[in-house]
Amino acid sequence: MKTTGATVAITGTRDRLRAWIAHHRRVCIGTLRELLESPLSSLMTWLVIGIALALPAILTVFLQNVSALSGDWGGEPRLSVYLVQTAGTAEARALADTLERQGDVSETRFISSEQALVDFRNRSGFGDVLASLDRNPLPHVIEVVPVTADPLELGSLVARIEADNLVESVAVDLAWLERLYGLLQFAKRLVTALGIVLALGVLLIMGNTIRLSIENRRQEIEVIKLVGGTDGFVRRPFLYLGFWYGLGGALFALVLLEASLLFLSSPVEMLAQSYQDDYALSGPGLMGILLLLLLGAFLGVAGAVLAVSRHLRDIEPR
Amino acid sequence: MIRFDDVSKRYPGGNDALSRVNFELAGGEMAFLTGHSGAGKSTLMKLIIVMERASRGQVFVNGVNLNRVSRGQIPLVRRGVGVVFQNHQLLFDRNVYDNVALPLTIAGYSPRDVGRRVRAALSKVGLGDKEKKLPVQLSGGEQQRVGIARAVVNKPPVLLADEPTGNLDPALSLEVMNLFSQFNQVGVTVLIATHDLELVKTMGCRELILRDGSLVAGGDL
Repeated sequence: MKTTGATVAITGTRDRLRAWIAHHRRVCIGTLRELLESPLSSLMTWLVIGIALALPAILTVFLQNVSALSGDWGGEPRLSVYLVQTAGTAEARALADTLERQGDVSETRFISSEQALVDFRNRSGFGDVLASLDRNPLPHVIEVVPVTADPLELGSLVARIEADNLVESVAVDLAWLERLYGLLQFAKRLVTALGIVLALGVLLIMGNTIRLSIENRRQEIEVIKLVGGTDGFVRRPFLYLGFWYGLGGALFALVLLEASLLFLSSPVEMLAQSYQDDYALSGPGLMGILLLLLLGAFLGVAGAVLAVSRHLRDIEPR
Repeated sequence: MIRFDDVSKRYPGGNDALSRVNFELAGGEMAFLTGHSGAGKSTLMKLIIVMERASRGQVFVNGVNLNRVSRGQIPLVRRGVGVVFQNHQLLFDRNVYDNVALPLTIAGYSPRDVGRRVRAALSKVGLGDKEKKLPVQLSGGEQQRVGIARAVVNKPPVLLADEPTGNLDPALSLEVMNLFSQFNQVGVTVLIATHDLELVKTMGCRELILRDGSLVAGGDL
């Protein structure tokens, strides 16, 4: 048997690894160049993915802002004790002092009906209406900060305060805070559900885009398989294609997110100023940006994996 | 190098493409596979590169029993067999160099090795100056030679050709055949399916003749 030149050349493992890495790099850059060479259709896909990712991202950032805002008020409950209209300022102050001396109250703040009226007039802009009233409709209010947040002990404190003749009613601010938390929780769930649905959407868009790409390169795939290309080799460019679609889509989502933050920032600041607060919207932060990009890339690759595993096997040389 | 052991192939629908084919091609041998259209030449070729599987019997290529080859191992079998296709099977969006480099890239050769081997293969088939050209810029005969360069570039022990001279004039056909015979002289096992009986006579090699799926000459019984 003559063997000269007919032996299968064996290259070393290190050479193979180097060639494997070189091929990855070439495919990685090659697929990006391919996408940039047909900018219009790539842009369409990037935009679709971008919009699908931007919607939950914007809502998440919005929710984070609301959470942070409500966190500023603290989890500590606050009681607003509304006094009867007939209560005099002196006896109201005295009641506030009495309450403050009690063991389960850490702090009280007395807001006289006059002061409440001034505040209300300044903040609400209903000055003219208030001026037309012949008497102050607002009662004295004592704000009570209890020591405990335990609902049971709080209940007994509320009952004791309510028993006083001067007290008209006690509002537990915890209730609306709890409601806000409940609402936030609900909104978070909603955003999560929306995010999952839209992520699934991205996955399907990706799968379909990659499927078309596979269809377009059918002949190439057949030839590669004929000359001994492994499934991994055939799969590689499509996975990188998915990666670039996902990453590009996430970048567009980021642009949309920043744009909407910019769009909302001035009204939010105006709103905050009307509450005498210097609150400003906070963005997604570095971690948020990284997370979004990672998520985009992951969804792109995952969609590509789905498409490739479904369609690549069907293409065999005939 | 190639051994068919009582091989039959029946396609779904009951069409017997090959029945009880026996032959062995030793390492470094060159043979022609002839027969009328539909005699089973293509099926026999397809069995060797596992595009089809035998319904009965066993096919050995480079010492490997193809019945035992899993789907994932098929690429490795194909890397040991260079194939020249009648319709060339070139990639028309890549230049000549990239077409010929494909088997090497797939097998994981370093870029430097790839360059060396591709240039060697191209100069061997007389296309050393065409590496930057696209396949559409080449004549039919040149495209065929690009296909040949690709088939031999990773120096496979076995070379198959399916009607390699189908679209060429006699002079070019002889040139291509001489090329195959040069590869054979350096130890490559060559099997060429062809209609061109004149050419087969000229080359004076072993001839396997198929008729209606049976090997009627050139095989071992």
